[in-house]
Amino acid sequence: MDLKVKIGKTIFKNPVWVASGTFGYGEEFEGLVDLREVGAILTKTVTLHEREGNPPPRIVETPSGLLNSIGLENKGIDYFKKEKYPFLKKIGTRVIVSIAGENKKEFTACAEKLSGKDEPDAIEINLSCPNVTHSGTKYSLMAQDPKTTESIIKSVRKKTKSTLIAKLTPNVTDITEIARAAEAAGADAVSLVNTYMGMMVDAEKMEPVLGNVVGGLSGPAIKPMALKAVRDVYGNVNIPIVGIGGIMTGTDVAEFMLAGASAVQVGTANLADPAAYNRILREFKEYLDRQGILKAKNLTGKLRKR
Amino acid sequence: MARKKTIKTKILSNKQVAKDHFVIELESAYLAKNSSPGQFVSVKVQEKGTDPLLRIPLGIHVIKNKSIKLLYKVVGDGTAILSSRKKKETLNILGPLGNGFDLEKFRKEGYKKAVIVAGGHGIAPLYALTEELLSRGKQVEVFFGTCTGEHVLCVKELRAKGVKVRVATEDGTCGCEGYVTDPLREALEKNKIKADGAMIFACGPRPMLAAVSKDAERFGIPAQVSLDAYIACGVGACLGCAVRTKSGYKMACKDGPVFDAQEIDWKTEKRQ
Repeated sequence: MDLKVKIGKTIFKNPVWVASGTFGYGEEFEGLVDLREVGAILTKTVTLHEREGNPPPRIVETPSGLLNSIGLENKGIDYFKKEKYPFLKKIGTRVIVSIAGENKKEFTACAEKLSGKDEPDAIEINLSCPNVTHSGTKYSLMAQDPKTTESIIKSVRKKTKSTLIAKLTPNVTDITEIARAAEAAGADAVSLVNTYMGMMVDAEKMEPVLGNVVGGLSGPAIKPMALKAVRDVYGNVNIPIVGIGGIMTGTDVAEFMLAGASAVQVGTANLADPAAYNRILREFKEYLDRQGILKAKNLTGKLRKR
Repeated sequence: MARKKTIKTKILSNKQVAKDHFVIELESAYLAKNSSPGQFVSVKVQEKGTDPLLRIPLGIHVIKNKSIKLLYKVVGDGTAILSSRKKKETLNILGPLGNGFDLEKFRKEGYKKAVIVAGGHGIAPLYALTEELLSRGKQVEVFFGTCTGEHVLCVKELRAKGVKVRVATEDGTCGCEGYVTDPLREALEKNKIKADGAMIFACGPRPMLAAVSKDAERFGIPAQVSLDAYIACGVGACLGCAVRTKSGYKMACKDGPVFDAQEIDWKTEKRQ
């Protein structure tokens, strides 16, 4: 069975990755997951400067979902390079560093700091975190604005040779328009989707549950919507799609690939069950076996017409 | 610290011990050997299904030779499902997690007595601590508070071990009427606790912990508190269970759940 997939110029040993913000910096899962098996580890998003994150409560469960407003807490890219990156590089699997910023300058500076001899296999540009404020666009998220999306990717592209993946928000009228802008700017792939914005209310206390009032919804609750986003974009861009949204099983992986994803990221499942990754990969291989599919990449976009 | 693992444990018993409260015993030599009082496990209440989605974090209540017990209150769908799980079924556990009570500090600095302050099912980890301290020949005194007499937990068991227990209920149906912090404050004011060379260990609702912490500071008694928080991953990855401390946010699952009471920024924390 051949599980290899190619995104940009990078070959990944399998299409099942772990999503940014749900897998720490890898080390938190040592001993729980066989890290060498992971197709790619996406880091918790790093920013140019340290970020404190949002006030608690930051996380609350919803029916089959998880609402969070972490707020990109991290100690900054210099700390990441010194304290977290070496462990990730040693694992021997693909490492994708997720970066974000409050404006184009910060995104670009992050990419610049990652360039050079220890360049990551890929960079995911997080244009879609719903829990932080930005400047330079009237929209609340970078990836709600095709022009901002394009200009940030273009600027990052100039500073790095790494494969570039643009992580987009589903909180838009037409995600295809944003995906096209990412492609035009030189992204090697788009990952779909980041969380759906939502909130939870405590009727007894008559107040919002989250400290930040609103947050991003993830988990199985959003899978049907995420699948639709992948299907909508597939065929409308010539770059690969990385599917994300409520993947809990190997069959879920197959569903996203059938809808048009070339690879996927497992997110909330890692929080519900820190040992989930290896099970999901095993189930995906069993699916391929069952369907008699020899190459995983052949599954992409193979959804039958109705 | 012992490595955290996901373990398929066998349910040895799952019994109601008070209104809405249950104690489940799980067979696991690994958890019994590698857990310390104040640490917690997270429980996957059902193997299949996505609602509830997350595990439930529960403080270890009793540590035996080849098993552990967890005490829990039925508060939502997850704990209701847990209460329906039967003897001999398997239960998926992640643990041991977090940092327990700092007994080294207690020993090294020569404290003679532990004053335990528990609010409701906050007694869960404090009971394990009491057993550990008694086995080391230390003196323990317990202040237990809850809303009503039907919710009184562990008091009989503690008294059977010779531990002095003061009970307070909000409706006065058991012990004195009021909050657990009332008899505690009374003892502090009489200077009894300080004279005994005691350290305070507390677990319960945030406002209770804030009050205990304030009183402990006022009377110059060191205190360790175990904080309940919304915990998602339990392993320090999602940064969801942030607790505001005087040196910035810390994570209940990885840096806690036990903290030095004076480390917590109660002004912002007690609202939760």
